[in-house]
Amino acid sequence: MGIDIKLPIGLMFTILGILLTIYGLLTNGDSVLYSRSMQVNVNLWSGLGMLVFGLVMLFLAYAQRKSKK
Amino acid sequence: MNTTFVLSWIDYAIMLIYFAFVLGIGWALKRYMKDASAFLEAGRSMPAWVAGLAFISTNLGALEVMGMTGSGTKYGMLTTHFYWIGAIPAMVFLALFMMPFYYGSKARSVPEYLKLRYDEKTRGLNAILFAVMTILASGISMYALAILMEKVLGWNFHLSLILSATIVLAYTYLGGLSSAIYNEVLQFFIIVIGLLPVVFLSLKDVGGWHGLQEHLAPIVSSKGFAADTWTTTWKYTGSAKANPLGVEWYGIFAGLGFVLSFGYWCTNFLIVQRAMSAESTTAARNTPLIGALPKMFIPFLIIVPGIVALVLMNTPDKNFSLPLNAAGQPIYDYTIIMLLQHYLPAGVLGLGITALLASFMSGMAGNVSAFNTVWTYDIYQSYIRPVTGDKASDDKHYLFIGKMATIFGVVVSIAAAYLASMFGNIMDFLQTIFSMVNAPLFAVIFLGMFWKRTTGHAAFTGLLAGFFIALIHHGITFPEGADTLVKGGWICKMHAYPVEMAQNFWTAIYAFSTSLVVTVGLSLLTVQKKSVEELKGLVYSLTPKLREEKVAWYMRSTTLAILVLSIATVLTILFW
Repeated sequence: MGIDIKLPIGLMFTILGILLTIYGLLTNGDSVLYSRSMQVNVNLWSGLGMLVFGLVMLFLAYAQRKSKK
Repeated sequence: MNTTFVLSWIDYAIMLIYFAFVLGIGWALKRYMKDASAFLEAGRSMPAWVAGLAFISTNLGALEVMGMTGSGTKYGMLTTHFYWIGAIPAMVFLALFMMPFYYGSKARSVPEYLKLRYDEKTRGLNAILFAVMTILASGISMYALAILMEKVLGWNFHLSLILSATIVLAYTYLGGLSSAIYNEVLQFFIIVIGLLPVVFLSLKDVGGWHGLQEHLAPIVSSKGFAADTWTTTWKYTGSAKANPLGVEWYGIFAGLGFVLSFGYWCTNFLIVQRAMSAESTTAARNTPLIGALPKMFIPFLIIVPGIVALVLMNTPDKNFSLPLNAAGQPIYDYTIIMLLQHYLPAGVLGLGITALLASFMSGMAGNVSAFNTVWTYDIYQSYIRPVTGDKASDDKHYLFIGKMATIFGVVVSIAAAYLASMFGNIMDFLQTIFSMVNAPLFAVIFLGMFWKRTTGHAAFTGLLAGFFIALIHHGITFPEGADTLVKGGWICKMHAYPVEMAQNFWTAIYAFSTSLVVTVGLSLLTVQKKSVEELKGLVYSLTPKLREEKVAWYMRSTTLAILVLSIATVLTILFW
């Protein structure tokens, strides 16, 4: 039905990934913020993970579109 | 204790971005909604992986996430019985043996299958029951969401209710079933990714799986169970008293593994509708199988953190406790929320909250999109305004009715949410009714698909008889320590089950068996009114076997089914 869902999924996770990665970098070493997570910078790691996932989805959407043409 | 979260701008930003995409998907689909089939059946165009993830996502509602994490705390790894034995075999059965008939019959809903296979009255009974229950379920889900937002985020109850209803209405009204399905896929990923940090951090906190086992041993022993009860699945099911579920292995096997799970996965239109939206017969068969792959690993995402919570609760310096209810008992359903608050800093916290909100809303959207289909096709089109024959005007008319049913469904859901807020027991009550309706329905559909002799009169009577016996059983038994009659024993207190779960299992087993016996008996006594020609495509023995030669070997349903069953077996052995 019309849209390729990989595109919005990829786009959303890329945006969220970039946002969290930047936030993670800016808050890196903030021992008060990361006291809950046992000083693990979960924002940075989750952000990077989501960024990779988002880009893979975007690539798959792109590859599919190309092969259809 | 304070359960309200303090969210920062980044958390709200993540939430806003997510909901912008949710509404955007609905908006992008708007131009494809040209007729009732596009709106209510997604035009039967979904690729197998999309339908498969939506299939599993519909079931991964917030009540499931919250409930199963809480069960992890209460019962430990025994909760995985709801997955590895309580879902996988039923999903494989649905895929291999039932989807060809649901999909191949061109029925647009489960009630319509009953109409094609049996008769009008069987369809009518099922359609009306389903419509009413679906809307109530949607309302309860809405109520739970609003309570959560009030308690956790400190938002106004009424505002939360109206706001979430409006978002759900907007994207289901714009894009119909397609929009619900696509958003379920999006929700699946946000739930998995949003909860992963909690799994990782909670396990790290207790020293991994082995650390968890060591920490659990003294806590579990003090409850009077063997030290490894919370980290094993079948080991202590030899007797009901040795495990916290309070059920023996054959009760789990027959009740959960067979009657309850087959009743739920194989007949619930909410679930089956996802597979019916697939683009081809092969895709429709693969839908439950593709859904089964992530389903097997969901326990690690939601049950394991729940088990860690038990350790945290019993370790004073971790400073972790669950909120208490009026009776002073911990509210286990809030385990996941308390874990989010305990472990996640601003940023990923917003992601976790968004995942929960997403699962609530997609639960509602799923209910609404199943309701409007059954209402439009099985009630409106059958009893109020039949097809006129003028295709163009029919298409337009039923699309309009489908859209109106969507609005109506959301409005009635809101009313049901307020009803739930007034009568706290309504949730327990509904869950009880659900289990009474599904088990007989499975008996009737199962017989219909695999025994051509089954007749309409027999099916109808079988449904009623099964439901009646379930009611009686519920009326004469009760779980120990039950404080209200909603839990059972409202006729007389003849038999006490150690826990509510055991009572539910046995209610379903009795209902199913009665329905099976009555339907078989009456089928032999009544005349089959359907001709062999009419039953073609609806009954196993009268339908040509499916050929899969054109499909690559690794995409064939049988290959996927073997893969799914093998992984489930390995997991069961690993955590025996």
